[in-house]
Amino acid sequence: MKTVLIAVCLATVCAQLNAADWLQFRGPGGTGISPEANLPVQLDAKSVTWKINLPGRGLSSPVIVGDRVFVTAASGTESDRLHVICFRAADGSKVWERQFWATGRTMSHPKTSVAANTPCSDGRRLFCLFSSNDLLCLDLDGNVLWLRGLTRDYPNASNSLGMAASPVVVGDTLVVPVENDSESFTMGVDVVTGANRWKRDRPKLACWTTPVVVPDAKSGAPVVVLQSGPGLSAVDVRTGQEAWYYTDGASTMSSGVFSGGVLYAPSKGMVAMKPGAAGVHPEVLWHNNQLTPSTASPVVLAGRVFTLNSAGILSCGDIKDGRRLWQLRTTGPHSATPVGFGKHLVLVNEKGLVQIVNTGAPEGEIVSKLDLADTIIGTPSIGAGALFIRSDKALVKLGGS
Amino acid sequence: MKPLSSLLLGATLAASVAVRAEFKADVAAIRQVGAEGKGNTQAATAWQHLAKADAKAIPGILAAMDDANDLAANYLRSAVDAIVDRELAAKRALPQADLEKFIADKKHNPRARRLAYELIARVSPATGEKLLPTFVNDPSVELRRDAVQRLIGAAEKALAAQDKAAATKGFADALTYARDEAQIKKIAGELRKLGQEVDLPRHFGFLTHWKLIGSFDNAKLAGFDTAYPPEKELNLAAEYDGKLGRARWVEVATANDYGMVDFNRPFGDLKGVAGYAFTEFNAATARSAELRLGCKNGWKIWFNGRLVFGRDEYHRGARIDQYRMPVELKPGRNTILVKVCQNEEVKDWTKEWEFQLRVCDASGTAILAKDRLPTPKAATNAKADSKKGSK
Repeated sequence: MKTVLIAVCLATVCAQLNAADWLQFRGPGGTGISPEANLPVQLDAKSVTWKINLPGRGLSSPVIVGDRVFVTAASGTESDRLHVICFRAADGSKVWERQFWATGRTMSHPKTSVAANTPCSDGRRLFCLFSSNDLLCLDLDGNVLWLRGLTRDYPNASNSLGMAASPVVVGDTLVVPVENDSESFTMGVDVVTGANRWKRDRPKLACWTTPVVVPDAKSGAPVVVLQSGPGLSAVDVRTGQEAWYYTDGASTMSSGVFSGGVLYAPSKGMVAMKPGAAGVHPEVLWHNNQLTPSTASPVVLAGRVFTLNSAGILSCGDIKDGRRLWQLRTTGPHSATPVGFGKHLVLVNEKGLVQIVNTGAPEGEIVSKLDLADTIIGTPSIGAGALFIRSDKALVKLGGS
Repeated sequence: MKPLSSLLLGATLAASVAVRAEFKADVAAIRQVGAEGKGNTQAATAWQHLAKADAKAIPGILAAMDDANDLAANYLRSAVDAIVDRELAAKRALPQADLEKFIADKKHNPRARRLAYELIARVSPATGEKLLPTFVNDPSVELRRDAVQRLIGAAEKALAAQDKAAATKGFADALTYARDEAQIKKIAGELRKLGQEVDLPRHFGFLTHWKLIGSFDNAKLAGFDTAYPPEKELNLAAEYDGKLGRARWVEVATANDYGMVDFNRPFGDLKGVAGYAFTEFNAATARSAELRLGCKNGWKIWFNGRLVFGRDEYHRGARIDQYRMPVELKPGRNTILVKVCQNEEVKDWTKEWEFQLRVCDASGTAILAKDRLPTPKAATNAKADSKKGSK
């Protein structure tokens, strides 16, 4: 009965959302794949519909709900000014902006920023997490619903290199990863009040991976897979109780992806598994050390799994057995995770070069490039009929009207 | 029967009292937000009320940040954002005179005063420009930084005009007021190029003279939570069993611009070890202060025998003012004990076993000990012969 209720609740929530919205890091289901069809493939200077300067730095992805695009940024010599900004997708005009002062430590590696974690939304609320562990909940009109300062609450929860893992919202629980070398945990937070539902100790290890939501193999209820150096730990979204685990190690940089009933996790290369349940271990389908992602996370598109290594090599594997099918040299280095639509992947390198890859070509093919000439570390977002890319200084819309 | 005007006045006063009471209740609801989400529900309701107020409410909301915790300050400042967005979109004015009055009162929250300044500068850039030079010695770090930047700009112009005397004076004035590390670094560089001596450790308030002892075992990082003898007793004449032999206190003085105290110099490039640094701070008066530490090793710090904070993160980076810890100085002798733990990693970038510590106020202004010794011209670090006398 409980499972049915959860399913009904999730279905109700999902019904309110537009399938084309981009509500979290890597968009729908955290897959990085958009159902949008009419996106630009042949990029040129005219593909830039608008470009808006941002008030601060950042590498968080834009979140798109309907005709609004939400972006976070951090400014100030101490990066202690936190910005949450809402733009109209159509013309880039600013709808509202709210500023907050960081309540936690703001030190980070120069390559990253305090605005590193991608916000997420349930379609009504926007949940913004920053490297300073400030966790802010606003409605889509900029009204403040609740605020948390997680370093105030847990003073040793920080990473001097910077935190970057993104929160995910599942039903009425926000899952917030705060994993680091010292006071390391992931927590479930009530989306209405911001209060803790659960808080679970995690490996004392700097970690930048974003949780992945998968169904419980028995009940179908959502569980969230937490990934760190020792492996994977799948926990109940509502209680934080561990349902199943995988202990053969995992990346602390690139996050896993769940697609077509299979979880693909960076673990000594790539491992594909069917999720487990309480008392049921996950079923490993294949493992291939030739599909090792670097910073960017893997993406699954049209029956293939793709990874990017530090040299900018895009590797394509067959999702059935993990066999590597081809490799394509792209212009790196890449920090941004590729996103996809149709049979195309969008790659953006750290110098701002956008590359569109036709994955349907026999060996993959770069079909167009566009140099945005700015540092880009953040993963692009797709929504409102267009591609949205945030650079270190600006938000750019490609395509659309 | 009372005249109509009296009744109207009475009704207006009553409404005003009710509004003030509601405002106070909303502010109180926001100021009570606490740990782990406590009070968020009430604060959000109050936020909705405040955000709907007109512009006249802004100075009152800013004043409510005085002594508010930083979460409450964020509720209040974002309510100001909402009001300002709406009022300016409706082409209504902000209460500029009241905001200027608010800024002039330095007892208010420095961040709130900075926000008030930004609002003024937004609607009246000329007023903002006019006010800026008045902030050169301001408790607000941001206001002060912008004012100092003007001094730096003037000194640079003098330098470009080959007027070295004016440039030297300009940079020296800028240094007097500068608290921002990037600005200080820039000014010090220019002054040194102009042949001037700059005592950066004194300017920052870094503690330069220490007694160090090492090394104790930190294999598998277990030493971080192991209370070695220096944590249990303060006896600078004592010797203890260390990891590599007898451990005894040695005197170290750092000449580093940023007050870096290097354990590797007296004890050798060791791994998997822990050491302690001790110093005294002779305060002129009782006052609030901040200990500001930079360290990429595991560390703990005790002030007047009380554990203030500790952190077991290794080699993820260090910088000036990485950790800020409020303390209360007592007049006369205050003691500071720092434990610095090194891990067992052998990569080149894990070699450092060091820390920097300064004493300053909330704006970053150095608080100097009454008997502060001159900054050393060169480092002194008696080589610890920790292997002698080993069992």
